[in-house]
Amino acid sequence: MTGYLFLVILALSLAAFHVGRTTAKSFVSAQGAQLHSRPVYHGAFAAVWVGLPASVLVVLWLLFQDTIIDHLVLASLPASMTEGASASRLSLYISEIRNVASGRIFTEPSPEIRTAAERLQSWQAIARWAMVVVTVAMMVLALYLARARMAPGFRARQSFERTLDIVMIASAAVAIFVTGGIIVSLTFEAMQFFRLVPLQEFFFGLNWEPQIAIREDQVAGTGAFGAVPVFTGTLLISAIALLVAIPIGLLSAIYLVEFAGECVRGIVKPVLEILAGVPTVVYGFFAVLVVAPAIRQAGSMMGIAISPNSALAAGGVMGIMIIPFISSLSDDALRAVPQSMRDGSLALGATRAETITRVLLPAALPGIVGGILLAASRAIGETMIVVMAAGLTATLTANPLDSVTTVTVQIVTMLIGDTAFDNPKTLSAFALGLVLFVVTLYLNVAALRIVRRYREKYE
Amino acid sequence: MSGAAPTVPEPFDWSSPQAAARRRRRYAADRRLRIYGLVSVLVAVGLLGILIASLVVGGYSAFVQTHIAVEFTADPENVPAGDPTSGNYRAVITNAVQQLFPELESRSELRTAGDILSKGTANMVRNHVVANPELVGRSFTLEVPASDPFDQLNKGVIDRNLPEDRRRVSDFEIGLFESLEARGLVSTLFNWALFVNSDSRFPELAGLAGALVGSFYALLVCFLVSFPVGIAAAIYLEEFAPKNRWTDLVEVNINNLAAVPSIVFGLLGLAVFIQLFGLPRSAPLVGGLVLSLMTLPTMIIVTRAALKSIPPSVREAALGIGASRHEVILHHVLPLALPGILTGTIIGLAQALGETAPLLLIGMNAFLTTPPGGVMDPATALPTQIFIWADSPERGFVSRTSAAILVLLGFLIVMNAIAIHLRQRFERRW
Amino acid sequence: MNMLAEAAVEDAINRDSARTETVKMQASGVNVFYGEKQALFDVDLAVRKNQVTALIGPSGCGKSTFLRCLNRMNDTIDICRVTGSITLDGEDIYDPKIDVVELRARVGMVFQKPNPFPKSIYENVAYGPRIHGLASSRSELDAIIETSLQKAGLWNEVKDRLNEPGTGLSGGQQQRLCIARAIAVSPEVILMDEPCSALDPIATARVEELIDELRENYTIVIVTHSMQQAARVSQRTAMFHLGRLVEEGPTGKMFTNPEDKRTQDYVTGRFG
Repeated sequence: MTGYLFLVILALSLAAFHVGRTTAKSFVSAQGAQLHSRPVYHGAFAAVWVGLPASVLVVLWLLFQDTIIDHLVLASLPASMTEGASASRLSLYISEIRNVASGRIFTEPSPEIRTAAERLQSWQAIARWAMVVVTVAMMVLALYLARARMAPGFRARQSFERTLDIVMIASAAVAIFVTGGIIVSLTFEAMQFFRLVPLQEFFFGLNWEPQIAIREDQVAGTGAFGAVPVFTGTLLISAIALLVAIPIGLLSAIYLVEFAGECVRGIVKPVLEILAGVPTVVYGFFAVLVVAPAIRQAGSMMGIAISPNSALAAGGVMGIMIIPFISSLSDDALRAVPQSMRDGSLALGATRAETITRVLLPAALPGIVGGILLAASRAIGETMIVVMAAGLTATLTANPLDSVTTVTVQIVTMLIGDTAFDNPKTLSAFALGLVLFVVTLYLNVAALRIVRRYREKYE
Repeated sequence: MSGAAPTVPEPFDWSSPQAAARRRRRYAADRRLRIYGLVSVLVAVGLLGILIASLVVGGYSAFVQTHIAVEFTADPENVPAGDPTSGNYRAVITNAVQQLFPELESRSELRTAGDILSKGTANMVRNHVVANPELVGRSFTLEVPASDPFDQLNKGVIDRNLPEDRRRVSDFEIGLFESLEARGLVSTLFNWALFVNSDSRFPELAGLAGALVGSFYALLVCFLVSFPVGIAAAIYLEEFAPKNRWTDLVEVNINNLAAVPSIVFGLLGLAVFIQLFGLPRSAPLVGGLVLSLMTLPTMIIVTRAALKSIPPSVREAALGIGASRHEVILHHVLPLALPGILTGTIIGLAQALGETAPLLLIGMNAFLTTPPGGVMDPATALPTQIFIWADSPERGFVSRTSAAILVLLGFLIVMNAIAIHLRQRFERRW
Repeated sequence: MNMLAEAAVEDAINRDSARTETVKMQASGVNVFYGEKQALFDVDLAVRKNQVTALIGPSGCGKSTFLRCLNRMNDTIDICRVTGSITLDGEDIYDPKIDVVELRARVGMVFQKPNPFPKSIYENVAYGPRIHGLASSRSELDAIIETSLQKAGLWNEVKDRLNEPGTGLSGGQQQRLCIARAIAVSPEVILMDEPCSALDPIATARVEELIDELRENYTIVIVTHSMQQAARVSQRTAMFHLGRLVEEGPTGKMFTNPEDKRTQDYVTGRFG
């Protein structure tokens, strides 16, 4: 249905283009007038005015139709059912009504639900047809208005280009909307969470046991939302990752920029690019299948008991993931140091190593630090590796052989399966998400600023 | 140090033993750094090698599947000629197993023997008979996939020499399987099921078709949204935007969005697309929208780079003969920048294809046995399917996970190869 | 240029005659290849002790390449290959036994663009003595730095701000800082690759004066684009063209009475 409607919009836009162009041509042939804009712009003008508002309307309609109808249906339920009902109760009603309406009947529904389902069906049908009628009517009206404005002197090109400008500005603004959307939605849900759980418990509490019941019949813990062990777990795993990645990444960058021949670079750089392009879920599987068992085995050979979800395994593999990142950013930073610095140092009789450690690294330090900050932000926000290889229980420990959990792991576990947006378990994911977003945002801004200032220095 | 007349040190004696020793130390330090660097490079390359090798070793066996040639008889007693769909195919299979092993008498032994065949055999036979109704009342031979333990046994993953209590198949079962082998009924065929079937609880039947279709729809949505929006935004920022606070804000925003953890986009998708707009969970539409928001910064950045690489002389030439600024961009700059933009788009889509975390949050990790029919149907995607399989305990899923990863990596390599090819083919030096 | 140059030339001849002519560095049959391309053809040139030798010639003639051969800076370019022999005090510097680190300490170099390290003024000058271990104590190092900065004529300008970054100095000061940096390792020869091309005329005059003073203690080879400069600061001049050494001789003779037509055309400004 919707697909056909879009086809209709496309067809009518093309028709409008044709109408616009032929009208403009007829001005020339019939009146011998001098056109301000070429006929093709008259066509484009008409097509844009017919197609664009209609498409926007349909998208908005589709986005809000269900929410509005749901509200109407809920409002039409007898007051005895809705009064005092929790949000999750209401959403259960809605899904039951939807199921009944689409014919998926599992248990015999109550008569109220059945009538509500019928109402839902009829309203949906009305809404669908209303959408088609309104859209088509709008397009016809738009075509009429566009046609009415056309005249030999009509500045169709300017008008069309102004529309293009609006489309482009709107597109550029999407980036702002996305950031805004992230901030607003995370803050909104996090505020809901902090209404249920006090701020100080979340930020200073040492106990994280969020597995509380979402439905009344579930067996679960009583719940505690002290996120400190989650934060420390994140920091522990990220620190391990950086400890693995920084030396290897930095030293390989040094080797590639300062020592390696063209041939070695030609092989190693693509290899690092491949490492960078491997999806994180693959690293996660690698951690579970290869690295964690290997670490455990090594531990048992030395007589140390190592958790199967040790922070070491997750952090180590995350480190592997970050190596190419650090290496390529350090590579850029080292390359940005002018050749004259190298020459100056070498001409004084410094060895390569002295040139690198005493001149190049200090000179490239801001770039490298920026890269490390970006890498840290990436490690903190990395999800799949830790979801697959790190633990679920939050323990407050600094022992890399223990199992710890991270912010991202908790977000995923809270949101896979049942979700209810009035339950602290679900909402805690958004609070964690907000913390994650703020921290990574801070790191990114700092890193980008350092890197940019550094680039300016040598340009 | 100021004030006192500087004392000039003695001319340095380069040939003194101290100088020589010092030089040796310095060269040793030089060599050390070089060796550390080389070792680091080798570690990085070696880790990739281990990664790929472990996947290939673990996954190659999943590209083949043990099949057993079984003769079935669709006797009219079990399969009504008029309505083959409603036949009792379990009985057909039991008869076929009895025929395979006439020596077995007890029902439990027969059931054990029947377990050599995949749980999906009944479905296969039914589909075969429904497709060929003339088979009712006749016998026919089908290559039926072996169930997971026997597939593993045949591939040598299960060691027949281990004591019986330490392996998943009993001596009796091995005996049955070996008798099939001796009769030449066991064959190892290419595992088409991996690409034709959707997910299944049984490893021998599980395939990636659903995930591939789901990923396709999600990427399609992602492309349809991020490509036009990305190009329009990039053109505006690069060619039209005035330098002011507002555009600065947009730029900072875009750079930051590119580094926001992907899971945050998943939270956004969950809160906005599903919770606020009421779009269906697990739908490729939502997945694609979330991916498009993630890809958008990349798209904008690469498009701007492509536009920037077009020299101003092109613009000036077109402006000079009276084209409007919009015409210059649409007719001249954009076509010239298109190869660069396409290259970036493909790389962006390749990133989106591997993205997992946000898809988990919007529920694209459902267990689904049929491919989605459209962008609104519940679906999985290739990386989420890998995640689901990696969590499954059956031995057969381990190799299938590796195989699925190899398929995913294969797609990524193809996409990147196309991008590199495009870049080399159309790269222009101005 | 004539009036000016002639005066300078006269001056140079006078200075020249007073000097002993010990050969410090001798190049014989030097060929340089960048990959397949040959950049220098069979160059024979003697660099005399405590004299300033100027290398002149049009762009791309190989003079900078030759200069970089003298302290083996060409080694840092992978595809570069040098044949023939260059000696320093009779020792072949391309001999495998020769230590390039020592060589570069003995044959210092100053570049076209001032390239102070992004460190303090003090650290810039201290860099060489530190890596070579020339000073055994802090006070010795301080002394080296003060002497070097004084010899480079920079001491009075920077003595109160030794801890400020070297990159904060003006262009001419930066170049003199680089000269001080080179002097700090007490080299025997200083190579200068168009040291004034990035400086304004006043800074250039200051550096030229400095070069003349440095001649007392060091042997200097300078590549320059400016004929006046060659005439002003050098005792001997070598003219390069298309990778070949066209002519070499006392500066005065080179500018007044060159043997080769190409030299004459070049010094009189017919090409280049």
